[in-house]
Amino acid sequence: MPSFPKPKIPDAVVPPPLRKPAKPGSAGTPQGQAPSDLKTSPPERKTAGDKLLDRGKDAPIDALGWVDQRLAVSGFLTGMLFRKVPKGTNWFYTLGSATLFAFIVQATTGVFLAMFYTPSATQAYSSISHINNEVPLGQLVHGMHKWGSSVMVILIFLHMGRTFFFGAYKYPRELNWVIGVVLLILTMTMAFTGYLLPFDQRSFWASIVGININGTGPVVGPYLSDFLRAGPELGATTLSRFYAIHMLLVPGAIIALIGAHMYLVVKLGTTAPPWVKAERPKVASPVSELDAGVNGNGRVDGNRVNGSPVSGEGNGAV
Amino acid sequence: MKPQDKQAYLEEYELLKKKGKPFFPYAVMKDSAMALIVVAVIIAMSIILGAEQGPKADPTTTTYVPRPEWYFFFLFELLRVIKPPELVPIATIGIPTICMVLLLLLPFYDRGPERRPERRPIATTAGIITIIAMGYLTYLGATGGSPTEIDMQVAKRYEPGKEVVAGSGCLACHKLGENGNNGPGPELTHIASRIPRAAIIRSVEIGPGIMPSFRELPPKKIEQLADFLSSLD
Repeated sequence: MPSFPKPKIPDAVVPPPLRKPAKPGSAGTPQGQAPSDLKTSPPERKTAGDKLLDRGKDAPIDALGWVDQRLAVSGFLTGMLFRKVPKGTNWFYTLGSATLFAFIVQATTGVFLAMFYTPSATQAYSSISHINNEVPLGQLVHGMHKWGSSVMVILIFLHMGRTFFFGAYKYPRELNWVIGVVLLILTMTMAFTGYLLPFDQRSFWASIVGININGTGPVVGPYLSDFLRAGPELGATTLSRFYAIHMLLVPGAIIALIGAHMYLVVKLGTTAPPWVKAERPKVASPVSELDAGVNGNGRVDGNRVNGSPVSGEGNGAV
Repeated sequence: MKPQDKQAYLEEYELLKKKGKPFFPYAVMKDSAMALIVVAVIIAMSIILGAEQGPKADPTTTTYVPRPEWYFFFLFELLRVIKPPELVPIATIGIPTICMVLLLLLPFYDRGPERRPERRPIATTAGIITIIAMGYLTYLGATGGSPTEIDMQVAKRYEPGKEVVAGSGCLACHKLGENGNNGPGPELTHIASRIPRAAIIRSVEIGPGIMPSFRELPPKKIEQLADFLSSLD
């Protein structure tokens, strides 16, 4: 496999304080001319318009530099963008970001639905009718939110399955697994509370059954179902309570935990598929050659150990 | 995982990372393609399947079958599969809670250094069995019938009660003769031999356990329902 060079960061996005000085003779200076130390050559006359244009060209870079001097994020950003992901990273590794994108779709469509939705038992149903029938693209956005929830639930389970079967929850990523399971529970909470909001027959009765299932939980179960129902019967207060949980409480927690989840992903790095093994640097000791043979055998992605005669033997023998 | 295993893993990981490609643009490319697919699928589902509204929520309804949304079918079906009354607390309290705790604490009891699924037979088998079980229960939930007919010959005076039972969604959770789903609720075929009429009314009004309360039914219908059910012995 060819090694990939670290891509060069274009000069334009590097803030001036971090920019390398242009080499003498190159055309990289802001004035666009070769620097000249000949005192005899008269400085080129520039009109006021040219100067303004030059300053205008530099303005975005200067602005970037100004921001970066105060936030000091360019190091983090370049480090995050150009960090290496381990060899063997494949399409299974996109399930996490796919879940994130499903969440972003839910958040965006949710904001637009909230502009037209009324969380009251008497008006909820008619406000959904209004969204579906009168608001431009209303039914499309409503449908995206409705089916997006199923897509997100499926994706989060697939992402968890990948993490489980690849053993990616093991050292040193244990805490990120815990955060992920909490995110799964919160996602199911979103799915559960959102289901009541259209306030049609299906959502009404599904919520009753759901609350009753909650009520059978250990110790806190009955209190939890009383809290969710906001009284002995499912009604107007239940709806506004579900709305608040669905709109404010859980999304806030999900966003915070996604931040923590992704911080740990960047910090610890994503795992490689468990069957991909590293090629050990060649050392002339018999022990390491044996190592290389075993590693070569463990590989299923078709890569070969560079020029290692032992790997072929290992493949044949085992 | 022993300290030397951890060290070995970190070293191996460093090597793999050195051999890897930069996140941008290689991983970003795949993630973006996947994001486009996700958004396209959601839009396509929205256009094809729409967002039809059902009839407006009505607590006094007598024709709606209480069922959870599909992602909770496995939980709902678990209650239906485990029938003996003394085991119901295990189904409702035990299994989901234990599964949740096991899931949350997974990295703290599965600490072996091995990561390849085929070399972790217990973990892999448990994972596959869990997926099959959840898939099967979801399938049961999706295909579970919700009949509103009762093929049972009853005396003329019990006919109105039979209609109420058939029309109120009782059969979604209760078996009655040849009809209805066997669970999560107890069978009603011989209900009168087990509990008296007053207890039947109380159950309908309170909704014990996961059963919804049917307090909103008109009192006359509750009377008719109780007449019918208390004739079944």
